[in-house]
Amino acid sequence: MKGNEAIGEGAVRAGCRYFFGYPITPQSELTHYLAKRLPEVGRLYMQAESEVASINMVYGASGAGARVMTSSSGPGISLMQEGLSYLAGAQLPCVVVNMMRGGPGLGNIAPSQADYFQATKGGGHGDYHLIVLAPNSVQELVDIMKKAFDLADRYRNPVMVMADGIMAQMMEPVELDDQYQIEIQPKPWAATGKVDHEGKNLINSCYVIPEEMESLNFILRDKYSEINKNEQVCEEYQLDGADIVLVAFGTASRICRAVVEKARAQGIPVGMIRPISLWPFPADFIGTAANRVKCFLSVEMNMGQMVEDVRLSVCGKAPVYHYGRFGGMVPTVRDVLEEVKKIYSGGAGQ
Amino acid sequence: MLEEIYIAGFGGQGALSTGQLLAHAGLMEGKYVSYVPIYGVEKRGGVANCGVTISNQQISSPLVTEPTVLVVMNSLSLERFEKAVVPGGLIIINSSLVEPRVQRTDIRVLPICANEEAESLGDPMVANNVILGALLEITRVVAIETVSEALKDVLPVRRHDMIPVNVKALEKGAELVREYNNLFKE
Repeated sequence: MKGNEAIGEGAVRAGCRYFFGYPITPQSELTHYLAKRLPEVGRLYMQAESEVASINMVYGASGAGARVMTSSSGPGISLMQEGLSYLAGAQLPCVVVNMMRGGPGLGNIAPSQADYFQATKGGGHGDYHLIVLAPNSVQELVDIMKKAFDLADRYRNPVMVMADGIMAQMMEPVELDDQYQIEIQPKPWAATGKVDHEGKNLINSCYVIPEEMESLNFILRDKYSEINKNEQVCEEYQLDGADIVLVAFGTASRICRAVVEKARAQGIPVGMIRPISLWPFPADFIGTAANRVKCFLSVEMNMGQMVEDVRLSVCGKAPVYHYGRFGGMVPTVRDVLEEVKKIYSGGAGQ
Repeated sequence: MLEEIYIAGFGGQGALSTGQLLAHAGLMEGKYVSYVPIYGVEKRGGVANCGVTISNQQISSPLVTEPTVLVVMNSLSLERFEKAVVPGGLIIINSSLVEPRVQRTDIRVLPICANEEAESLGDPMVANNVILGALLEITRVVAIETVSEALKDVLPVRRHDMIPVNVKALEKGAELVREYNNLFKE
């Protein structure tokens, strides 16, 4: 199954009822897949006139209590930022998929991880966070969609699933459960025209009086700190006895897995930590690991973005380096291995 | 067993279809497979490459940067990817379109006039599968019967009338390799 199709099928199985989106490479097969698949199960696919329209349609459907998603790539996600800020402010759950491509600007259609800052540090205006998830295989793309919708509903917060052009176009075997059940918790806050609730349900992110705005900010802050406490997820690989720990997510983590294997075969003790949640960042796990390793190498398809979060997590306990390729270029196993050897011979091995 | 196969050509030559077919056949045999296409923004005539990994073990990196087998469908790709092939690896060249001039001496090279062979089968569109047949005969990465079977899944139903000529093309490619090997035996 192709990565884009896997996300589509994952969304269907997670009970996504509406999709609003606009095609852009490298995620167009996702819109293509859902255009066919959603009507088959009696749900709605609609191609909007733009990304700005898509995200505001998402706002509407989410406000009415439906499971809803949109998807795009870099430039389109940038257009959605205002809407994402509104969704976060109005505490509306939704899932947004970003298949990252080379940038900045119109860039190209090649794979990239350059939208890390945009996704994890805000992107839109105001004080808010998205929950950001980064799968690294086609199977995980399917599985993570259910998790994304569940998290969105539980915390009433937009969730972004981040992958890149390679993950979108890549084909790998996928196992789909024949039995799947969708359990959606009731949403007593939703504006459903008084069918399901008493009194007035208002979906809003406009608070003219600063005191009122601040009290919403307090609610958001408490929510984010709860998410930060509960939802940090990462995977470790060959951490036992590792002197050098690679930190990588998505496609870069697949490359790093091969680097770990090759380095270990040559007697260099390398391991890997793969953040699956990019926000909340798995700071606790990395911080603990920092007590027993010599250094970290953050491998990213960007100029050095996640490396800042690794440094904050490590908190000065060990040096943190960065290796990256940008603009749609992908690091090779050989290049990363060379970098590892350079660091190892430069002192990390002593 | 681990084969990392890189198929490189122009859009329209079937480079991506060949890769998908091969990956699907690997899946049918219960192997670990991955397929990563790389193509330009053009619909026809742009770069169309793909990497297919077939293994008995879980695949770490699905990206093929040092292929064990390189399939070359245009001369641009030969220049670009010859150096990347692992020592002892194999390059299969469509010599109908590419002068099989290879600099490396530590790899095996198999030139096949795939276009002419495909035309002799009655359909120039199956040149890619003549090459795939040869690849299967040499590497045995999956059985040729499995690939023939996989055509049913990979080709859309409206193209199923083309399955027999594609199967013939696969068999032709395998036969060419056997003939080539016999030549050396004698």
